[in-house]
Amino acid sequence: MDMPAPREAPREAPREACVEVRSDADVIAARQKGREIADQLGFSATELTMIVTAISELARNIVRYAGHGEVRLKIERNHASSGLVVIASDEGPGILDVQKALQDGFSTSGGLGLGLPGVKRLMDDFQIESSVDKGTVITTKKWRR
Amino acid sequence: MQVPVLKQGSYLIATVQPAVSDDDFLQLRKSLLDRVRSSRSKGVVIDVTSIDVLDSFACRTLSEIANMILLQGAVTVVVGIQPEVAFSMVQLGSTLEGVVTALDLEEGLAYLDEHRHAQQ
Repeated sequence: MDMPAPREAPREAPREACVEVRSDADVIAARQKGREIADQLGFSATELTMIVTAISELARNIVRYAGHGEVRLKIERNHASSGLVVIASDEGPGILDVQKALQDGFSTSGGLGLGLPGVKRLMDDFQIESSVDKGTVITTKKWRR
Repeated sequence: MQVPVLKQGSYLIATVQPAVSDDDFLQLRKSLLDRVRSSRSKGVVIDVTSIDVLDSFACRTLSEIANMILLQGAVTVVVGIQPEVAFSMVQLGSTLEGVVTALDLEEGLAYLDEHRHAQQ
């Protein structure tokens, strides 16, 4: 007896990823990977755009200030929901005054700004560790509503 | 992937493709400035309908393009910003300062027509 053809391929389970970032093409790659995983996790279109915008800003900071680093995308689950964790890390010059970098309008490179206050608003959770000459690690999370 | 620029009457229309790179954006700035001059255009529409992210760099570049084109005597309208993109832009704190926006290409061209009539 013939087996009925499956109507729809099962949704692929989201996989964690790590994107190495050293050029603006990598910024786009990190963005696309983030979109893919967030989509698989079931985020809404608006949330997807928020996540992808945040990833773009973080990856861009790596290229601009550190030259080289990585964006790791992890999945976190609790009893109520699932979330995407974005970890942007580099071994660049670090941020001298983290508190200041988290204020709107702060900039070290002629009006460009780090965009960190914006990233904080786009995501649910935001942590930053930075030390001068050692580098910066920014961990942000977005939970599915 | 370059951004195609079409000429329609005295207007130029640039349609930004998805996954546009920073270099493409900078290239667009250069080619629009050249084309506005060479074709004596009075208006430019930049269509971002298919763009899923406008981060701080993209917003700043769009704003720069509009201001540079204005200094060449032409008006720029950015059209097609998707609702979710607009939402993220505001959260991010990007304002597209000094840039005229319209819902879609049709509205953008209508704006340029009105603007020209008002000037004559």
